[in-house]
Amino acid sequence: MKISCPICGDRDIREFTCMGHASMLNRPDPHAGAKVWNEYLHNRENPAGVIDELWWHGQGCGAWLVVTRNTVTHEILGARLARDVKKEMRDAG
Amino acid sequence: MRVDGKGRIDRSATRSFSFAGKSYQGFAGDTLASALLANDVRLMGRSFKYHRPRGVLTAGSEEPNALVTIGSGAGQEPNVRATMQELYEGLEARPQNAWPSLDWDVLEINDLISPFLSAGFYYKTFMWPKAFWEKVYEPFIRNAAGLGALSGSDDADKYDKAFAHCDVLVIGAGPAGLMAARMLGLAGLDVILADESWELGGRLLSETEEVGGQAGSDWAAGVAADLGDMPNVRVMTRTTVTGAYDGGIFGALEKVGHHGPVPNGAPRETFWRIQTKRAVLAAGALERPIAFANNDRPGVMTAGAVRTYLNRYGVAPGRKIAVFGNNDDAHRTAMDLQDAGVEVAAVIDSRDDVSVPVDAKVMAGARVVGTKGRLGLREIMIDTGRGVRPLQVDCLAVSGGWNPSVHLTCHMNGRPVWEPSIASFVPTPGAVPGLVACGSAAGDMATADVLASAARVASDIAADLGKSAPTAELPEAEGHVYAIEPLWDAGGKGRAWLDFQNDVTTKDVRQAAKENYASVEHMKRYTTQGMATDQGKNSNVAALAVLADATGRGIPETGTTTFRPPYSPVALAALGAGAKGKGFAPERLTTSHAATVARNAPMIEAGLWYRPSYFPQAGETTWRESCDREVGWVRDAVGVCDVSTLGKIDIQGPDAGAFLDFVYTNTFSTLKVGKVRYGLMLREDGHVMDDGTCARWGDTHFVMTTTTAAAGQVMKHLDYVHQCLRPDLDVSIVSATEQWAQFAVAGPKSRDLLNALLDAPIDNESFPYMGCGPVSVAGVAGRLFRISFSGEHAYEVAVPARYGDSLFRMLVAQAEALGGGAYGMEALNVLRIEKGFITHAEIHGRTTAFDIGMGRMVSSKKDCIGQTMAARPGLVEDREELVGFRPARPTGKLLAGAHIYPLDGDAVRERDQGYITSVAYSPTVGTDIALGFVRNGRNRMGEKLRMMDHLRGEETLVELCDPVFVDPEGGRLRG
Ligand SMILES: [Zn+2]
Repeated sequence: MKISCPICGDRDIREFTCMGHASMLNRPDPHAGAKVWNEYLHNRENPAGVIDELWWHGQGCGAWLVVTRNTVTHEILGARLARDVKKEMRDAG
Repeated sequence: MRVDGKGRIDRSATRSFSFAGKSYQGFAGDTLASALLANDVRLMGRSFKYHRPRGVLTAGSEEPNALVTIGSGAGQEPNVRATMQELYEGLEARPQNAWPSLDWDVLEINDLISPFLSAGFYYKTFMWPKAFWEKVYEPFIRNAAGLGALSGSDDADKYDKAFAHCDVLVIGAGPAGLMAARMLGLAGLDVILADESWELGGRLLSETEEVGGQAGSDWAAGVAADLGDMPNVRVMTRTTVTGAYDGGIFGALEKVGHHGPVPNGAPRETFWRIQTKRAVLAAGALERPIAFANNDRPGVMTAGAVRTYLNRYGVAPGRKIAVFGNNDDAHRTAMDLQDAGVEVAAVIDSRDDVSVPVDAKVMAGARVVGTKGRLGLREIMIDTGRGVRPLQVDCLAVSGGWNPSVHLTCHMNGRPVWEPSIASFVPTPGAVPGLVACGSAAGDMATADVLASAARVASDIAADLGKSAPTAELPEAEGHVYAIEPLWDAGGKGRAWLDFQNDVTTKDVRQAAKENYASVEHMKRYTTQGMATDQGKNSNVAALAVLADATGRGIPETGTTTFRPPYSPVALAALGAGAKGKGFAPERLTTSHAATVARNAPMIEAGLWYRPSYFPQAGETTWRESCDREVGWVRDAVGVCDVSTLGKIDIQGPDAGAFLDFVYTNTFSTLKVGKVRYGLMLREDGHVMDDGTCARWGDTHFVMTTTTAAAGQVMKHLDYVHQCLRPDLDVSIVSATEQWAQFAVAGPKSRDLLNALLDAPIDNESFPYMGCGPVSVAGVAGRLFRISFSGEHAYEVAVPARYGDSLFRMLVAQAEALGGGAYGMEALNVLRIEKGFITHAEIHGRTTAFDIGMGRMVSSKKDCIGQTMAARPGLVEDREELVGFRPARPTGKLLAGAHIYPLDGDAVRERDQGYITSVAYSPTVGTDIALGFVRNGRNRMGEKLRMMDHLRGEETLVELCDPVFVDPEGGRLRG
């Protein structure tokens, strides 16, 4: 399997490590309350189908990516730099 | 026996070999199986369970019976298929699963008691008493089970792994694979053609049919030559594609050094990962036997295999051969044998209306229902429909039809579909994305159809990949209609084998159905059918047909079990190539390694790093003597220690300070240039991740250190925090651990030592405690930090790694001149425990800043990673807190890992008060000392408790104390 790193291009999947759901990008406000923080830290959607995940290109450029893939077919549908995704989230408020 | 004028062997090149201790001769181009048959050796193995005498059943990689051990000593290889082993001069093969000999095997007794060993035997018999399982049953079964044996010694042979990329992988080089590969090659695509044999051609090498007006094998040779001329086509012979994986990746095993002495430096096997855009499955089909009573005697083999031995190897597997089948293809065996002058005793066809153009007796509507001959076939029993009559033969060629090799299409959970016209399963299109089957693998049985489907698939793929394939010129080829009438179980008196390798009979499958193991997956596990090394290649379809019959369901409703990788066995040595020993755990060596080893320091592993335990001196007999001396050096004079393994991370940018404020619990943006601060890092869940120092090198430049253990984790964490949480911060982060050699210089004389080497001397003003700055060390631009992990007046001096070796030697020489010297990890550990400094023994993942007494370091004035969750209920009160321990009596022993209990009552889990994490004998204090955690420990100083080590059976009375044992005021640090 290959992941297309926006910096390095198509690279073998073994250069990357899956770091869990991309919801980690949505870090709550420090004062958001215990419920929100508990949700953020401990609860993950685990869909059969399309999912956005954080992958780390540790054996490559060190970039953190948001990889969209299908958990059923294992198809990799796209990869973006996490920093771009996060910036867009900020801009969107 | 050899047949004159037949075969593709080189009769001018004889090859001597041995089997079961006897010497034989064969020819170049033989397999071990064909050479043995040529020498009239029919008995080649014993079956797994009943130890039945067995001969070769097939001529390919699906062979279930003729498994042998090749070679001897460390590199001996068990379970080699004699049908796949190329003959070479000096080959030594030994039979397996037979003792004392192949002819007289003691465990043949299993065959006589077979009524007790049928399906489910193990499950039913070894149920009770329970205690017997481990002590009696399992050792017995383990001893009797298994086929060949490994040598038990380390395999010195070389194995390799390799990677390949291509547009199209063509799997199999029979007529379909050759046709597809040539067209794809001509279209300009990057093609890999892989075949398990050493010669291209597949079935064409085994048949007498013509393709394009010439012998099929000549046509194959012509295409092979064409492919050899194409630079964009790579041909991989002796390479079996073993598995299909996600994303167009295929695994393949290349046997590089199995057909003779391994060439210098070459591996025996290479495991390939092949990355493809598309793949063509042209793996052909495998012939299946028919079940009838005692159908497993040496001399009974598939009809196609008999043609292979005759046409490819020039061997007649018998002198008087009968053919038994349910399809027209079987007839070709009779015709080929007759043309070669071998006596065909009879053609027995289960169908009523058949005509075969041979001189032999043709028996339509008849079945073989039994055999005789202890170590080899002597006679078959034929049910003619009007009674059973014997026929003397020494070989029976059987064909129950052909099964397309659908295996790879099932590797990603695809299920093949039943095709009644060929009474077999064909691949489900799209079962493996990008993989398309053609030829016999897709169910086309006539060569003309095979070539046409290959051409069609090739031009579709070429178009798909944006190329246009040349118009296919289909060579003229044989176009018979493959007529078959299913026959699975011909019956007879006695056991009829389905799975030869695992000794599963039709009776076992029926018994499974009767006992309600009626699903095909249950039947498989209950009978072990299909679970041997051939993965049921010869038996799956027939077994489920018998199951379907027993349960009254149809075959499509019964379904198949799942074929899984690998297609044929792969040695673990090949899969793990390069990952043994240092390949598994590479060494990271510091720049002081050579000088350290030269001083006879025993090295210990710290992750992948190697660090010195201690530096022994003449007259010292224990490590403790060396360690105590080194501790004394640091406390009284000066010691030198390589600390380069600590993580060093360079952080630069206008927002570097803000970034550090966010990852550390305490504030760094206020740190002055030229100053160092201790920092604590949390995980987002509020527990401690790591600690270390961070120096402000310039306005926008910080140098962070991490512990050795967490260097990689912290680097990754910083990248995560920056890229995923705070991309708004303008900061760059890079690991510089390998770029700098860094040494601790610790002790009251540390400044004297440094001043002997620094180009400009330092004093307490220019370098106060926790100061840092650039220095020139013997002309080399370096960095100096006044930090201490020992509690002494100490520095860490860093130079670019290329100067590390010489700086270490200079520092140690200077230290020795001042009455000190190099110290190792043992002394470093004692020094830090004496000062109550923590390591990952204390910050082990479950401790909080509160636990280690640093709760106040979590600033409430700013947000940082872990701040919110560190404040949650449960993490800030009624916790086990960091404390020191002393033995109540000076000789008392403390043990890391021991637990702490109240003085009275039982030392049981419910009364557990805490545990010890780090222990050292302190030469400074004069007793054992320890760090650890005790519930509410900070308020219990002076309390006496019991230390219990239940594992080692030690108990010591301990007293809780402050974790700082030496110089609690810190005066020495500032000296
Ligand atoms: Zn990358």
